[in-house]
Formats: sequence, structure tokens, C-alpha cells
Amino acid sequence: MNFEFTEEQKMIQQAAKDFAERELLPDIIERDANSRFPAEQVKKLAELGFLGMMTSPEYDGGGMDTISYVLAMEEISKIDSSTAVMMSVCNSLVNWGLETFGTEEQKQKYLKPLARGEKIGAFLLSEPEAGSDATKQRTTAVDMGDYYLLNGTKNWITNANSASTYLVIAHTNPEKGHKGINAFIVEKSWPGITLGPHEDKMGMRSSDTHSVMFTDVKVPKENRIGEDGFGFTFAMKTLDGGRIGIASQALGIASGALERAIKYSKERKAFGTEICNHQAIAFKLADMAVKVENARNLCLKAAWMKDEHLNYGIMSAYAKQYAADIAMEVTTEAVQIHGGYGYVKEYHVERLMREAKLTQIYEGTSEVQKIVISRSLLK
Amino acid sequence: MKILVCISEVPDTTTKIRFTDGNKALDTAGIQWIINPWDELALTRALEIKEASGGAVEAVTVATVGAAQAEPTIRKALAVGADNAIRVDAPATDAWYVAVQLAEVVKSGGFEIVMTGRDSADYNGASVGGMLAALLDYNTLSSVSSMALDGGKIIAGREIDGGTETLEAELPFLAVVQKGIAIEPRIPAMRGIMMARTKPLQVVPPVDTGCLTENVEFELPKSRGACRKFAADEVKALVDVLHNEAKLI
Repeated sequence: MNFEFTEEQKMIQQAAKDFAERELLPDIIERDANSRFPAEQVKKLAELGFLGMMTSPEYDGGGMDTISYVLAMEEISKIDSSTAVMMSVCNSLVNWGLETFGTEEQKQKYLKPLARGEKIGAFLLSEPEAGSDATKQRTTAVDMGDYYLLNGTKNWITNANSASTYLVIAHTNPEKGHKGINAFIVEKSWPGITLGPHEDKMGMRSSDTHSVMFTDVKVPKENRIGEDGFGFTFAMKTLDGGRIGIASQALGIASGALERAIKYSKERKAFGTEICNHQAIAFKLADMAVKVENARNLCLKAAWMKDEHLNYGIMSAYAKQYAADIAMEVTTEAVQIHGGYGYVKEYHVERLMREAKLTQIYEGTSEVQKIVISRSLLK
Repeated sequence: MKILVCISEVPDTTTKIRFTDGNKALDTAGIQWIINPWDELALTRALEIKEASGGAVEAVTVATVGAAQAEPTIRKALAVGADNAIRVDAPATDAWYVAVQLAEVVKSGGFEIVMTGRDSADYNGASVGGMLAALLDYNTLSSVSSMALDGGKIIAGREIDGGTETLEAELPFLAVVQKGIAIEPRIPAMRGIMMARTKPLQVVPPVDTGCLTENVEFELPKSRGACRKFAADEVKALVDVLHNEAKLI
């Protein structure tokens, strides 16, 4: 067993750190307050290749491994989770899904510009009444011979406005249950697509989240992904990788909060000494550090399994559930260590705490992860 | 036309410095190595000059004098955009030794433009650039804070008291660069990191030469004493302490 990163992995980690500190940190508080999408920063992130970093060079991606992706996601998420989640959706869900299951024509047409970062992707699974229970899709795609006719509403869609390429999950035959579900590549510019208002969220406020309505949208037959009825399997397999992205995001939120708590505790004085010298604070830091390290190891193990082509679905659930839950705990303690200053925006930890909450909810709640984990133990 | 950027690897600027070998050497245990910040800015400007040259500058090469452990730092320079690299396989023992090695690299590679950082962030000797220019008999300017290629000439800017001066120099030319030469170092792109795997990194043996200096001892600056605070109405006491105890006024 070797816990050493390669020089290339370290270089990617440093590049992500430099980018986050140089480009994302300066106006993060304003963007959070105004729910402003980081358009300029995302353009630069795309130019550096982060949005297609795991896609094969054959399709104009960076060809980096999942370990590198975890390291980059952690560094970006320490500063700006809104940017990190759009990076996760592009890499883990849209690009990976297309590269793994798309036809050669689909990859040439849709994956290449996504991998180059010229276009942004979105993954449309959740619905008003189909969140954790993804089999209850109400969006329908009726086979009309030459094309499918898409109707329905998708909720909580990250990148909904900034994306050009949607991967949409819909029922083609509700009577067949989950075997009647298909996945489609849909261009946002097609007639019949409208967006709901920007969601005014508690955290990750500058992430571009909307509902998306489809009204008689014509989807060419060649835009279906995989064989007829493959959509549910497509969604579940893609979300296995998505969990690594969100777990790494939660890890970054936690480690960012820990770094800020350590720094503050060495500066702030109470009762004649820096507060880190009080055992009550020092022990909090120790507990936080152990949790962060455990989360990091789970993320890296899931990533390593993916890179080794092992079955990583369960380990990614371990990583997602644990990292999200400890992100909530660690950020809460970081606010506590900061005291009153932790409750104001200037010190960043209150924002990290708001962001941590979402990692327990989206791309599979912590409870859903526990279902996945416990079923694997009991089968 | 080819540009050579001389880079050295130095400890990360946040490193806690310790010494070893009877305070004669830097303790390198646990140190994170980076490209010397001035050299990184020089590389950034060299790449900008190449990109703006319309093909007149065919390549930007980086060279360093150092052991194999320097290669990750060299790879970073390649990831940022350098076309190839040369490592002189020897420890960078003193400024003269390094300058002699780099002079050989410049001569054998036929580089018409050479760029070095003002000094390196480890020993801050600020000597290699000047020595190298003298060994090569190249036109040279120090403290260069802007630089452009205009046909076959170099237009360089320097900060002077109350303003800037612009100078012109013929090739071959060596620039010792400082703050202002580039806005900020480039962040390597994924594609650059991937391409750095396969870009040429040539390892050459050192030429035979000696050192002119030897480190006798390093000493850390004295740690700062405790901070003493004076209330707003204690000006007289503050002046008294500054005059009689600190002897600063």
C-alpha cells in the first residue's frame, strides 16, 4: 500500500489550490450574498481544463485519474462549493456518463465540447415528487417513431441555466417500472424548454439551480443513451461516480473549515493566551482533524477503486455519507471556535456550515447512502 | 530564436527554516520545493514573448542546476508551458559554480535571450545573473521589470526613483528580472500537466569547475520579543522606552 501522491497529482492539487485562492476567494462573500453565478471564474476553470479533467484525451479531456479529481475538488471546495458542484456535475455525471455509455457519434458531437469546457452540462434526474425514489419519474418521453416527445418538470437542477447540454432521465414506458426509463441528450436551446426562477438557497448560493420544464420537446432517436430501458441503470451507475465528487466536495468544506479554525485559534486570545492553548479548543481541533482525515481516506479509497476498475459503488456511498455528515459536524465546530466572529460572513465559516448541509441532501441523502451501505452488508 | 529561462528550486516561502551539519547547511527534511518566484515570473514573461512573437521565438527552454530531486519542479515549469528542459546534474553549491554550468548550457544550446530571476528565495545571493552575463559576454540589464522583443532588439523597462526608464539592447541579451516582469505566474492547465509527462528533459553532466565561496555558518534572526502595549495617554513612557531601552530614538 502506498499513500504517496504522484508528482502529477500534487501538481494538480496545487493548481486547484492556486486557482481557488487567486480566482474564487476574492469575491466569494459578495457572490454568496447576491447568488451571483461565477461566470468569469468558470470560464477560467474551463480554460485550465478542470471541467473535463477526467475525460480521455481522445475526447479532448485532461485524462487525469479520479485521485487527482478528488484532490482538485477538495481544494476548490475549501473556498467555493458553488463552483465545485458545477465542476462535479460536469466531470462525474455528464462527461463520465457520456464517455462510458454514449455512442461514438454522441461523444464526438456532445462530449468533446464539454470536455474542452466550451460547453457546460447538467444532469436532470430529480423531480418535484421523485427525489430519493428515482423510479417515480413523471417526466415522459413518448416514442413518436422518428423522435421522442418529452414532457415534464425537473427540479433542483445544478447548472440549469449555464448548461447547453442536458442529460435527461424520463419514463418511456411507465408500465415497465424502472425498466421503462431512458436517458436522453437534450440541447437546452431546443423549443419547448423553459426554466423556473433561480432557487434562493441556504448555501451554495451562487450555484445556478433552477427547475426545468419540458413541453413537447422533440428529442431525436439518436440522442437516447444506451439500449431501450437503460436509463435507470445509467442514472444509478453515473451517480456512483457522482458520489465521489460530492464526497470530495464535503471533504473540502470540512478541511477548509478546519484550516480556518486552526488559524483563528492561534490568533484569538482569551484568558491570557491563544485559545488553541485551551484544551477545550485543542480537543475540538483534534476531533475535527481525525474526521477530516477519515473522510479524505474514504474519498481516496473510492477514487482508487474506480481507477482500478473495481466495484466502487458501495465505497463511494461510504465516502459520501461520512464526508457529508462530518462536514456538518466540523463546520459547526469551526463556527463555535470562532465564537461571535464565526456567525458573521467575514470569517467564511458560517458559509461553509450552510454549504455543508446540502452535501447531506443532494446526489443521495445521507439516509439513502445508509440504505445502500446496509443493503450491501445484509445481502 | 530561443529563450532560456534559468530556474532554481527553493523551499516554499512559508517553510520553517532549520539548519543541520553544525549550522552549515539547510535541513531539507520535510521541505516543499517550489520554483523560485522570480524565476517563475521570468518564465511567464518568456512564454508571453514567445506567444506574441509570431513564430520568431521558436522555443522557451528552462534550465536548472540541481540533483534529480529537482525534476518535479522542472516538470511544473514544463506544465506551465516551457517547451523543454535541461538539468545540470550537480548540486547548486555556489553562485559561481551555477553560473559556469549555466554558461555552458547557453553556449551549447545557442540561446540568444537568457532570463534569470533577481535572486533566489533561499540564499538571496543575487549573483548568478550578473556572473552569467559576464561569462557569456552578453548585453545585460538588471532589475528588469518589463521586457518585450521588438524585431531583433529588446525593449526593457526598469523602475527608477519616481518613475520608470525604458532601455533598448541588442541581442544576445541577458535579463535579470524582478517584480513587474509578469503580473502573476501561470497556473498549469490539465493539458499542460499531461503534456509535461512527455516533454524533453535533458540531463547533462556538470563541467569541471570549483566554488569560490563556502558556507561557514547560518544563523536564524533573533526571535521577536514580547509586544508591549502603551495606553493612549502614556506617550511619555513610550518615548522613554524607545530612547532608553530600545535605543531607537
